[in-house]
Amino acid sequence: MYNFTFHRPTTVRQAAGLLARNPEAKLLAGGHSLLPVMKLRLANPSALIDLSLVEGLSGVEQKGRSIVIGAMTRHADAANSPVLQQVLPGLASVPASIGDPQVRNRGTIGGSIANNDPNADYPAACLGLGATIITNKRRIAADDFFTGMFSTALEEGEIIAKVSFPIAKKAAYEKFKHPASGFALVGVFVSKRGADIRVAVTGAGASGVFRVKSFEEALKKRFAAKSLEGMTIPASGMNSDIHASAEYRAHLVGVLARRALVKATA
Amino acid sequence: MPAVSMTVNGKAVTGDVEARTLLVQFLRENLRLTGTHVGCDTSQCGACVVHIDGIAAKSCTTLALQCEGAKVTTIEGLAEPNGPLHPMQEAFRENHGLQCGFCTPGMIMAALDIVRRRGNDLDEHTIREQLDGNICRCTGYHNIVKAIAAGAKAMAKGGAHQAAE
Ligand SMILES: Cc1cc2nc3c(=O)[nH]c(=O)nc-3n(C[C@H](O)[C@H](O)[C@H](O)COP(=O)(O)OP(=O)(O)OC[C@H]3O[C@@H](n4cnc5c(N)ncnc54)[C@H](O)[C@@H]3O)c2cc1C
Ligand code: FES
Ligand code: FES
Repeated sequence: MYNFTFHRPTTVRQAAGLLARNPEAKLLAGGHSLLPVMKLRLANPSALIDLSLVEGLSGVEQKGRSIVIGAMTRHADAANSPVLQQVLPGLASVPASIGDPQVRNRGTIGGSIANNDPNADYPAACLGLGATIITNKRRIAADDFFTGMFSTALEEGEIIAKVSFPIAKKAAYEKFKHPASGFALVGVFVSKRGADIRVAVTGAGASGVFRVKSFEEALKKRFAAKSLEGMTIPASGMNSDIHASAEYRAHLVGVLARRALVKATA
Repeated sequence: MPAVSMTVNGKAVTGDVEARTLLVQFLRENLRLTGTHVGCDTSQCGACVVHIDGIAAKSCTTLALQCEGAKVTTIEGLAEPNGPLHPMQEAFRENHGLQCGFCTPGMIMAALDIVRRRGNDLDEHTIREQLDGNICRCTGYHNIVKAIAAGAKAMAKGGAHQAAE
């Protein structure tokens, strides 16, 4: 790992100031994506700005018809949140499925979505519920936030403060875990909130998380696994690597969407 | 070099470290607490697990500076010097839960975190699931799982719910 300077601001404003003054700086949340890539020398920030002492960035709250999760909320705390388990258990199951217990003890939602790993779980939940990402500058709809593999709409100096998820009546996540890393080989989040039906897929797409409009259309008639019987998506645009071919990933999208629907409608 | 101070196994410690110093390096190289191991470069093996403020974490994926002011417990902090082993350590010995022993400190620190989160009555399935982040290349896990179940029970009897935190 190359060396860097280390900063521990206590307010978002201070953190933003530090980012502005250090052009090659990076924010540090749980460090469970950033430190591994720095160890491999694939990232070389001049400064790390640790958000762990910034007040008010963590916790899970219900606000009206939404669940709001602070950016620094660790995966274990989101997964175990009583209010989240009660009003939106489909979302609670997402951080519960991430990595291993030690990873869940450190990793955060803000770090996960800012990183936008093409195999990460939270991006599917954000897109699959139509979440809003709230930064120190603005509110960004999940549909506009994830802009491709490891890329997001975040601008220079922008800090995620929290993520607001509408409480959908029906919501569930199904994931085919990569047996070694725990990441999603493919993961599918489905939800229904009134007329808003969403099917979001992570792990499969060559440009990161995406929605499956053909499935969403088919589910308008009836929000049930049966509506997707026999349906698949084309293998073009799917990721292909030593772990799974594009065809296999495309196949899994259909299988996991149906399983998620069974869960969501149980 | 930035200075760092924290409490390790109940003792206040300080040191001057480069910002890039990992917690595991600080423990092993500055404090000479070599019970915490490094088994991989990818944050996956769990040989380096310690407790930071009572919660299990991979010390190879944590900077020493992130632990400023924290209470850290390592495998060396579980039993008094020359005193009896911690019940979880004793259970690993009793159940032959180790062969080469490289993974064992991480296994034991992770096991204590399982007890913290799931209590003292642990079934095999729970233990195996919760050991997702700890790899052993020797034992085939069977005796590790047995040891953790027995250690968790012994901790309830002795009233030791946690490590030394
Ligand atoms: C062994 C292992 C297994 C894993 N398995 C899974 C898995 O199964 N599924 C999964 O989804 N993930 C998995 N992960 C990744 C894990 O969830 C990470 O913790 C997460 O992706 C990043 O969160 P973090 O808090 O650690 O972020 P960091 O590593 O601290 O930061 C990641 C990036 O986000 C930026 N960032 C952090 N916070 C903010 C903010 N508030 N605003 C703007 N930018 C910010 C940082 O600058 C950095 O670029 C795994 C990681 C490991 C090591
Ligand atoms: S050395 Fe920390 S996980 Fe392998
Ligand atoms: S006992 Fe050798 S690695 Fe586990």
